[in-house]
Amino acid sequence: MLLRVERLAMNFGGLKAVDDVDLDVPDGEITAVIGPNGAGKSTFFNVVSGFCKPSAGRVALDGVDIAGLPPHRIARLGVARTFQTTKLFPEAEVLDNVIVGRRLHTRSNVFDAVLRTKRLRTEAAECRERAKAALAFAGVLHLESEPVGSISQEACKRVAIALALVSEPRLLLLDEPAAGINEEETSGLTALIRKVVESGVAVCLVEHKMRMVMDLSDRIVVLNQGKKIAEGTPAEIRQDPTVIDAYLGGSSHA
Amino acid sequence: MEFPRARGVGVSLLLLTAIVFPLIVDNPYLVSVVVTAYVTAIAVYGLDVMLGYTGQLSLAQGGFFGVGGYTAGILMASYDVSFWIALPVAVAMTSALGYLIGLAALRTRGDYFAIFTLAVGVMIVIIIERWEDVTGGTDGLIGVPAPSGVGPLQFDSLTAQYYLILFFLVVTIYVVWSLMDSLVGRTFVAVRNSEELARAVGIDAGRTHQLAFVLSAALAGLGGVLYAVFLGYIGPAMGGVQMTFMMLVYLMIGGVASLAGPLLGTLLVTGLMQVLQAFAEYQMMALGPILVVVIIFFPHGLAGLAGHAKRLFQRRGG
Repeated sequence: MLLRVERLAMNFGGLKAVDDVDLDVPDGEITAVIGPNGAGKSTFFNVVSGFCKPSAGRVALDGVDIAGLPPHRIARLGVARTFQTTKLFPEAEVLDNVIVGRRLHTRSNVFDAVLRTKRLRTEAAECRERAKAALAFAGVLHLESEPVGSISQEACKRVAIALALVSEPRLLLLDEPAAGINEEETSGLTALIRKVVESGVAVCLVEHKMRMVMDLSDRIVVLNQGKKIAEGTPAEIRQDPTVIDAYLGGSSHA
Repeated sequence: MEFPRARGVGVSLLLLTAIVFPLIVDNPYLVSVVVTAYVTAIAVYGLDVMLGYTGQLSLAQGGFFGVGGYTAGILMASYDVSFWIALPVAVAMTSALGYLIGLAALRTRGDYFAIFTLAVGVMIVIIIERWEDVTGGTDGLIGVPAPSGVGPLQFDSLTAQYYLILFFLVVTIYVVWSLMDSLVGRTFVAVRNSEELARAVGIDAGRTHQLAFVLSAALAGLGGVLYAVFLGYIGPAMGGVQMTFMMLVYLMIGGVASLAGPLLGTLLVTGLMQVLQAFAEYQMMALGPILVVVIIFFPHGLAGLAGHAKRLFQRRGG
């Protein structure tokens, strides 16, 4: 199993944002995490990517426990992520943004920079090449020299995916990749995510757009108020009475 | 990574001007003003590494400047150590101090980092003033000798010191340029632009900040050493908070995160202050409002203004 999360808990004071959750992300699949607002989806991502230290539980990447490691170490072990607000490096061009995403594969230091060593030149050229390839993969190579502030929301989302992919992750965590874009753009993004999985990267997805989730996912995990309430294939989830209840009635915020 | 030809020509012209300057200008006072500006500019580059490229305002820079100057000055004046040994020792000392302070200071960011480092700067001056046996207290120490000669080169004349200090300035600018133009510089800027995203793409933000802080302390220290040697004197004012704020004024007016900014700002403001020396008492009063205007209307300083004009020109041209 690529990612195995066991009995994960994350408390903020008295609030149990994530409460005893088990979750597996197998290689070559798309696993979606859904749930009403406040269900703990983003916290779950923050724990897996190292931005939050879990209160309890195990997060194993290929059998290696990564729970509590700092984000940069987890990134270097092969977990890339995007952010709900589509974070990019502001005040920089698209290509510059993606080049930095390759830094974790380079070893050039201050001395390489000052002495202009061969290692630095080779690595710099390699980063540029890989960044262009990632942009081409995401379908936004034509925007390479645009400042990120001037490109469309959809393009931002594609660049963010390119930035995550340029590090050659084994697992990609996508936090609401389709928030704030229209239906046509969403289906374009769906195709891109499918292409990502076909290229051999496992995807774990948090998303509210149900059609996208149902189209893409191999498995779906449903969280509600920090707890896992259901798990299964899209067809199973659609029929699950607890899920319907969480989304449409009962105690939820939906 | 490429170095456009036009820029190459510009840099060569500037360098040439700097080289012939003391030969044409037969005014020792003016030359010494420029030398002082060069020395200060080296330290301002240090401030820019931290503020401009890494996004954290260090207000300990005057303190580091003082530590560099005092370490070299004491070694040379009280222990007869050669400049060529005192310089690397003082820079290493300042870097080490920067590293240690960074371990604590870099647990904070933004305003808190600025306040923390301001406190460090103040503490450094207090130590300098109170540790009288070694530092000479508030009187400072006079008699820091000129650098000893190297082979046929002697450094006791003003012109020779001008070239020596120009050499260190050029090295400083080269180091800052080569860093910022490399993957290392990209890492700095990534951390400045979004620390969270930088960490998510595998950048150790803590280490990056620490590295930038050590570099910035080292450059401040280097400036301090040259300042002490050029003036032949060390006094607590060189490590003071006012020194830090002058550096900040030079940097803001010249332009943050630009290669020309620190030198441009330092030369211009130092020059202006010499012209307006009659109003010396009001200088600091005038600098406040000027700084406010610059920050509001020209946040990228003179260097940013030049870039803006260039873009405007290019747009009209085609």
